Amino acid sequence: MALIEGVGISKRYGGIVALDDVSLSVERGQAVGLVGPNGAGKTTLFDCLNGVRHPDSGEICFEGRRMDRLPVYERARLGIGRTFQRLELFAGMSPREHLMVAERVHRGDGRLWKDLIGRGRARTPVARVEELLVELGLEEVADDPIESLSQGHGRLVELGRALVQDPLLLLLDEPSSGFDTREASAFAAVLVEVRSRRETAMLLVEHDLDFVRRVVERTYVLDFGKVIASGPVEEVLADPVVRRAYLGEAT
Amino acid sequence: MTQFLSYAIPGLPYGCVFALMAVGLVLTYQTSGVFNLAYGAQAYASALIFYVCVNAGWPSWAAFLAAVVVVAPLLGLAMDRFLYRFIRSAPVLVKLVSALGMLIAIPSVLQLIFGGQERLAPPSLWLPPDSVYFHVAGDAINGTELSTVIVTLAVVLLASLMSHFTQIGLRMRAMAESPRMVQLAGINSERVGVAIWVLSSFLAGLAGVLLAPLFAELQALNFTDLLVAAIAAAALGSLTSLPLAFWGGIGLGVVQELLGGYLPSGSVLSSGLRPALPFAVLIALLLALPGLRERWFHDDPLAACDPPPPQMAAAIGGHGLEELLRGGGWAVLAVFLVSCLTWVPPNWTFTLTQGLAYSIIFLSIVLLTGMSGQISLCQAAFAGIGAFTCAQLVSHFGISVFLGILAGGAVAAVVGVVVAMPALRLGGLALALATLAFGLLADNVGFQFPWSGNGDSGVNIPRPELGSINFTSGKAFFVLAFVLLIICAAIVLAIRQGTTGRELAAMRGSELAAASIGTNLAKLKITVFAVAAALAGVGGALYGSLQGTVSPNDFNSILSLVFMVVVVTTGVYTVQGAIQAGMAYVILYQVLDYLPSQWRNLFPILFGLGAVTYALHPEGVVEWQKRRVVEIVVSWRKHPEPVA
Repeated sequence: MALIEGVGISKRYGGIVALDDVSLSVERGQAVGLVGPNGAGKTTLFDCLNGVRHPDSGEICFEGRRMDRLPVYERARLGIGRTFQRLELFAGMSPREHLMVAERVHRGDGRLWKDLIGRGRARTPVARVEELLVELGLEEVADDPIESLSQGHGRLVELGRALVQDPLLLLLDEPSSGFDTREASAFAAVLVEVRSRRETAMLLVEHDLDFVRRVVERTYVLDFGKVIASGPVEEVLADPVVRRAYLGEAT
Repeated sequence: MTQFLSYAIPGLPYGCVFALMAVGLVLTYQTSGVFNLAYGAQAYASALIFYVCVNAGWPSWAAFLAAVVVVAPLLGLAMDRFLYRFIRSAPVLVKLVSALGMLIAIPSVLQLIFGGQERLAPPSLWLPPDSVYFHVAGDAINGTELSTVIVTLAVVLLASLMSHFTQIGLRMRAMAESPRMVQLAGINSERVGVAIWVLSSFLAGLAGVLLAPLFAELQALNFTDLLVAAIAAAALGSLTSLPLAFWGGIGLGVVQELLGGYLPSGSVLSSGLRPALPFAVLIALLLALPGLRERWFHDDPLAACDPPPPQMAAAIGGHGLEELLRGGGWAVLAVFLVSCLTWVPPNWTFTLTQGLAYSIIFLSIVLLTGMSGQISLCQAAFAGIGAFTCAQLVSHFGISVFLGILAGGAVAAVVGVVVAMPALRLGGLALALATLAFGLLADNVGFQFPWSGNGDSGVNIPRPELGSINFTSGKAFFVLAFVLLIICAAIVLAIRQGTTGRELAAMRGSELAAASIGTNLAKLKITVFAVAAALAGVGGALYGSLQGTVSPNDFNSILSLVFMVVVVTTGVYTVQGAIQAGMAYVILYQVLDYLPSQWRNLFPILFGLGAVTYALHPEGVVEWQKRRVVEIVVSWRKHPEPVA
């Protein structure tokens, strides 16, 4: 049984068909890419998987259970973590606090009465959080205000915030955007490292094909809302149909 | 039919004024992305200047030129140039708070300049108000009504001709779609923006001058109501369509008078529902039109090209400073307590006790706005609910005042949930407008019944008793209020330091990311709304018990706005900020009382302008100064200047 499986997902914005009968699946522990030119519908598909948007038709199952009507937070609790193309960080909080709040929410320890009797104090250090900060190389900046961090550190904080919840599936939305080649390569190395340590499945939207090659085993190619190819990365990228969609007609 | 017409026709002049305002609001919202809450104040400014000029013997055309053609556009341009231009890409909260500051400050600046005396029988713009021109369906049409309708139609006709047949009109319509796109087309969008501000401010001024003679007295309050009516009309046009906003305004004016005609006269329903109609319509629209909610976030398609919004974190901080401030705060509190129990004169003890009650109410704003990033413009209404619940329970069921205060908080919390439930999906601007409308509705209708606030005569709340301890004396009641404040502050602190507080901070930082880590935003928002309403309710009931008698006027809708700007100025992020706000509020009032009456206007001016700096100092300009001073003192002590 696939970890996540979407069948026949369609989404329309007015007259524009953003997704047209898209099907995809990710197995447990697998890293899968989702590539395609601008406007192909990658982010819309991502939003549908994550619950930010709801598809007009189609089914999405997670561990065999229908979940296409669940709100974002319930999908998160099922084990779907996410990072964002444009960084979505919590202003005024340090990287450690980012991980702490995610860990707290994951443990389901957010009852108001617990706070009132002092049981829910969020300041005591948590081993998992500290380990993850070290693993991602964030221990140096763990208490700096998030505003003072670089884009690269910001991405790592987003990754850590998702990982601290032990997601079964991690949705990564263009993790290399805003990076230069060196930074992108470093981030790819972190992702490979993360994968080697745990069984997290990943679905990766990405423009940078080198990045995709390094991280994933298998990829889907989306163009004008349709899946035009899928399979092992090198094979797919060599496909003439894909080359035409991606690079334009050879002249 | 004749009866229908005879009810409907007097509504037309109101409708015209609503329509003018609605059109102007939609214009600036579409083009600058700022929801200009100060629009009501702009209308008031022109109406006041027109009044002053006419009473100084100017001919009305000259007064019109001065008030509507010169001052109104200048005021609008100044606001755009010095404020709105800088916060275009800021979060909704920043935009709203800044505009709110202007709404509070402008009328007071004017009253400071021109005096705050009663201004009866505002003059008509054009035709004399006393002469009757003709009758329609039995209605005598007087000069005021006739000139309002004629002038409105003429102006709207001119404006629509201009927008369709001139170059600048075309550019304005393009701006409404996307200012960025207009720039890319090689057009100086700044200049078009200026033209739009001139036009919309002119409309506000015109609406103000036309509205004034429809009331017996020129009062700033009427223009806030006008603002909400205009917002409701603009919402009828989904905040995007100018014609719909225009006809929405006309329709609202007519329906308002129709209701007045058909409802049984004399009942609270007819006297209250008629003025409350725009607010009710606004709430209903917000709830009923799912499309409106989406369009509410009208975005420039090229918005992503804008620089990211400024950060909302406190600029001066660091752990050492935080601890120092906390310690200092406790020390000041202890000195304060001891002083009040020993040498402070009784009238000042009373004032400071008021300050404690206000501090509890202001804690609700710290929790809601500072910690959660939600904006509520009806906290005074929740305070009123608390006070009136307490009063009614104590007088009808004879329960102890202590229980009454708690019950007041509980009922306010329940109402808070009812208000928050539908509003929370709206978020940002829509939530602010829905709460504003709820506040006005509570003030105009809800609190007028004998079983609630009992209208102008108000209700009585005795001082509490606990066994043999009687809290009638000033000092005893002071201690009681102090203890209650400490308890409430402890609750807010516990929430802040606990998981809920972290989740709230996360939600304030990014709702999208907070949801993606599994935070149930809806539940979180309802919870925080309920707790905030309960705090406000307890504070309100305590205030009522201190005063002995409270009426709806003590918790009117304008106060909700004032509360907001006061807290935002003194520090909306911290519990200390709420206490500073409560104390500053009452002490400043008391001090200004010693000055000539005109200087009392300084109060709203100071805090209004303070709120305008919110974009620069989100931690509150007073709090910022405090931190700066403490930091300077600390660093000076650590590194004493070398002696030469």
